[in-house]
Amino acid sequence: MLRRVAASIPVLLLASVLVFLLVREFGADPARVRCQASRDVHCRERAQKELGLNASLPEQFVTFMGDFVRGDWGQSQRTDQSVAESIRGDLWETSQLAFWAVLFSGGIALAVGVYSASRPYSRGDYLFTGLAFAGIAMPTFWFGLLTIQYLAFEPQKILGTTEPIFYSIPNPVASGAVDYFRGLALPVLVLSVQLVAGWSRYQRSSMLEELNSDYIRTARAKGLTRRRVVWKHGLRNSLSALVTVVALDVGALFGGLIITERIFSRPGMGTLLLSAVNNGDTQIVLPWMLVVGAFIIVFNLIADVAYGILDPRVRLQ
Amino acid sequence: MSDHRSEYDQRLRQSGTGTASPAGTSALLDAAVVTAEESFDHPEFDDEGVSTAPPVGSSWRLVGRRFVRHKVAVVSLIILLFVGALATFASVVSPYDFNPPLTSEVLDDARQPPSWEHLFGTDKLGRDQFTRVLYALQKSLLIGLGVAFLSVVIGVSIGSMAGFYGGMTDSALMRFTDLVLVVPELAVLLIVAKNPDPSFFGVFHFPPATTVPGMILILAALGWMAIARIVRGEFLSLREKEYVEAARAAGASGRRIIWRHLLPNAIGPIVVFATLEVGAAILAEATLSFLGAGIQLPEVSLGNLISDAESTVGTDLAYLIVFPGLTLFLIVLCVNFVGDGLRDALDPKATS
Repeated sequence: MLRRVAASIPVLLLASVLVFLLVREFGADPARVRCQASRDVHCRERAQKELGLNASLPEQFVTFMGDFVRGDWGQSQRTDQSVAESIRGDLWETSQLAFWAVLFSGGIALAVGVYSASRPYSRGDYLFTGLAFAGIAMPTFWFGLLTIQYLAFEPQKILGTTEPIFYSIPNPVASGAVDYFRGLALPVLVLSVQLVAGWSRYQRSSMLEELNSDYIRTARAKGLTRRRVVWKHGLRNSLSALVTVVALDVGALFGGLIITERIFSRPGMGTLLLSAVNNGDTQIVLPWMLVVGAFIIVFNLIADVAYGILDPRVRLQ
Repeated sequence: MSDHRSEYDQRLRQSGTGTASPAGTSALLDAAVVTAEESFDHPEFDDEGVSTAPPVGSSWRLVGRRFVRHKVAVVSLIILLFVGALATFASVVSPYDFNPPLTSEVLDDARQPPSWEHLFGTDKLGRDQFTRVLYALQKSLLIGLGVAFLSVVIGVSIGSMAGFYGGMTDSALMRFTDLVLVVPELAVLLIVAKNPDPSFFGVFHFPPATTVPGMILILAALGWMAIARIVRGEFLSLREKEYVEAARAAGASGRRIIWRHLLPNAIGPIVVFATLEVGAAILAEATLSFLGAGIQLPEVSLGNLISDAESTVGTDLAYLIVFPGLTLFLIVLCVNFVGDGLRDALDPKATS
């Protein structure tokens, strides 16, 4: 356990080097972006100096990492807001969306997976297989716009209400739990399409594998009911696989809600990055990437540990 | 259906030994499974759970025959070929121009709902949306195929070096692969795609992501990891085989063994992953272009057609969003089904 945690520190460090290189070397030149609209010939020179871009890349990296580790993440070039504060705020927004999406998708994926595994090759199983394929091929941004059109606007037109049932953008005067979920419903639905598609297949195959194993046959042979075998033995033993893959995906969600947040105009990590990239606000980009990368690595670690706890066979080896 | 079922079960049982690896469902989902699973730092995940493939591809006719049995895949392939032909010959298929000069005749046609004359309707400027989708498809397909090809080249090179030479080379290359997997993909793509003049340390300039070659480059740069892992896994098991030993004893060079003995036997998973990469790349391009970081108007792409029409959500013109998206969804779906069919057809464990 401790060894695993220790082993992920160099990964984090190397990942920061890679991210730094990608952003600084292959991303747009921050000085150039900043001076796009400026007519001042010296603008770029000055910006380069201010942003410390004259130093060599390794020097820039050390300076940046030093500041980063000490918690000095700088200010947004555009709004002068503290980067650390805006990341903290947006992380909270994103976590809420991610939390509900994971809860919702996890529940559905579990139900679908168990159903498909206990009735493999039935009509229902084929239907869910088809739906999973559709879910994976679904362009998130398009599906998001469709939900706004057909679940927010059209029903409103038909019902003739002043407000849609589900908000397509966060309601500024929203209050109370009902409004909270009216705002979350569509983004959660959009996120769930891909999550459910992947997770339900995963649950199906891991559970099918359990149900085909010898101990299940033994349990059935000694007279346990089918239901008991499926729910107690099959489900419990297949869960470790699902929990692991969910943990891995959750890590990626913190930086992976760019499209959903953009479609539904929600504040969050995705919106923060998108506006930073579009406005050339490079002060935000690097800390953002490191925070998101850290989440991915930490959740990889959690998945790893959870797997060991849930599946004793792994621990023994 | 019944023999398909037994094949399926057999595969399930065979691949379910030793690891927690849930056995194959469909190629697509396995792709997810493999990546998810291999991200742990468990030694036991490294080498196992990867098929110990007996020679595949010895008879492509056999593969063809098995592929034909997967009806959904065959239908998908036909649809793809048809759509591909439509897109390629767009100028012949459609009487309209995708960016016609805005004469009064064209403008008179504005805001037409879908009809036989304008299959997908027309936009605010009277441009035929069907024609625009066809021209966008040209780019999508080109990008999809280009990215798949380039990712395979990169992935196979890295994976085969790691798998064949093993040891330090293997650890170094695979640690690097793991590292690239940790990077938040869409975020990096956005940042790099926004660079109007990308270069490799100021020396080697390459085209920006607003062009098709530039888009292919950046998508392939982040799309090779799965293939590298698969190839490495295959090589690790293949290189222990007797025939490789025999080749080595006969004095074959490393390069010859890789090209003549290992790669041909690992071709199955490579083909499947290349197919899935086509679909993934088409989606990624559309997403980037939608976010404003890819192909820019007046050049059309499925992504920027949708973002261009985004303001029509909630109006009667919403069909402008529906059709490009539906096209995108359908071709990605078809590509993935073809991949699934290929996976079944190339599966060495299937008997007939």
